[in-house]
Amino acid sequence: MKFEISQEEQPTVMVAPAPEERVLDVRGLDFYYGKTRALHGVDLPVARNRITALIGPSGCGKSTLLRTLNRIYDLYPAQRAEGQILFNGENLLNPRDPVDPEASGSGRPRVGGDLARLRARIGMVFQRPTPFPMSIYDNIAFGVRLQRSVGKAEMDEIVERSLTRAALWDEAKDKLHQSGLGLSGGQQQRLCVARGIAVEPEVLLLDEPASALDPLSTAKLETALLELKDSFTIVIVTHNLQQAARISDYTAFMLMGRLIEFRPSSEAFVKPETEAMRDYVTGRYG
Amino acid sequence: MANGVPMASAPRHLRRKLTNYIFVGLTSIATALALAALVMILWSLVAKGLGGINLAAITQDQPGGGADMGQGGLRNGLVGSLILCAIGMAIALVIGILSGTWLAEYGDASRLAGTVRFINDVLLSAPSILVGLFVYELLVSHLVGHFSAIAGGVALAVLATPVITRTTEDILRLQSNQLREAGMALGAGKGLVIRAIIWRASRTGLVTGGLLGFARISGETAPLLFTSLGNPFLSVNLGQPMASLPTIIFNFALSADDNWRRLAWVAALIIAVFVLSANIIGRALAARGSSHK
Repeated sequence: MKFEISQEEQPTVMVAPAPEERVLDVRGLDFYYGKTRALHGVDLPVARNRITALIGPSGCGKSTLLRTLNRIYDLYPAQRAEGQILFNGENLLNPRDPVDPEASGSGRPRVGGDLARLRARIGMVFQRPTPFPMSIYDNIAFGVRLQRSVGKAEMDEIVERSLTRAALWDEAKDKLHQSGLGLSGGQQQRLCVARGIAVEPEVLLLDEPASALDPLSTAKLETALLELKDSFTIVIVTHNLQQAARISDYTAFMLMGRLIEFRPSSEAFVKPETEAMRDYVTGRYG
Repeated sequence: MANGVPMASAPRHLRRKLTNYIFVGLTSIATALALAALVMILWSLVAKGLGGINLAAITQDQPGGGADMGQGGLRNGLVGSLILCAIGMAIALVIGILSGTWLAEYGDASRLAGTVRFINDVLLSAPSILVGLFVYELLVSHLVGHFSAIAGGVALAVLATPVITRTTEDILRLQSNQLREAGMALGAGKGLVIRAIIWRASRTGLVTGGLLGFARISGETAPLLFTSLGNPFLSVNLGQPMASLPTIIFNFALSADDNWRRLAWVAALIIAVFVLSANIIGRALAARGSSHK
């Protein structure tokens, strides 16, 4: 590892989507695991109905950043975030801040510090598949029932639609009432995607969703994500640069807890501007 | 050797080999001794218990002294033991699973949890006769005022609870944090995630804990002597003294009456079979549960 990054002077290259396109807008975010600081003043604009990829070497803070967006880190008392995460103009880190009326989606219902409501609107899929120990059908119905009571016919329809959108319907339609644990790893991961979109969130966060999958399952997952882009905003953490280049519209490159380069993916991989990102995408370290 | 490391001298090599043989020999002998004791116990139980079994052994109550050989049975003790264990398990499962869940999911590394864990470990190895005396003092001499099945059940619960608490905590800790996060990422509260997802994912382990707790109490005699006492007649009244297999063994095994001693062996065999099968089922389930991970 030849990289020596000075703690102070960081060149940041930012070619961001227009403010009115942003569903999420992270500004000056610091994150701490106890006394250890993991993020240093990170900015991250997330464009609506686009796929944003977070890349960078292990430990650079990309998963940490992702985990702040639905405040899942709140489970662990020693972890805390400071700064602003604007979701439709509302600061998730401080619900008392006034909503930015200029922001895109500022007319949508507020989260108001209610984490359950926030997570219904910003879903998450994890690195390892996490099917619940129940049937495929109930895996999908679980989150929907948390939000509202749904009749049998409507639920059947939601299950079918979610599985179809996650490209799992054909493989799962004959065993909806069998355990989700009986599926293969790739199918389980698509089940988790289906479960996440069944509650119709605005944003879907994916934390290295393909790292435990074989190439064929990865391809199926990617196809599903590209289709989902029309209805959802997707933020994906990935170690796989080809994957980021294939599916993402914007790419954020992070290093040592800082955002180094944020650009449309079509440019970012062809002509990285910073030396650090150039070295990373050409495989010089990571 | 080729890489230049000098070979150990022949005598040293021989000495190492010898030490190894001696050590392997000693451990083998110790294992054989332990196994031999188990086999002898099981063998004498089967040899002396099996011959004494007849239909009356489970359909009739315990006989009076001096009854003819083969007369009378263990019905009152069998029914009593089942009821006492059922009371004990019902209490222990509720308290044990809830407190184990608290330790794993809420208390975690807090000071209070550390204290609870320590006390639980002490209880785990508390002499059962002390537990019997404790419940005697609490229920028999004060709250209830006389020997009763309830007191017996409570004493057994005190013994089974720490086992179930411990296994519950261990089992829940095996579930990945990602599974918990996945539940909460859908907007579920912590309580619901535990009940609907974590408990369900830990089903086999929880059953195993229950079976181990049952195995722990089904042969207990000392705590029952002070609490449910024993009863020569069939009784299902929880407020009155109740018979149990261990107390029957205790009373019959040392008597001069051959028929009584026969029934003591039969009762011992029945308990052994119960404990053994609970242990085997528990372990088999645990093994199956872990291979699914």
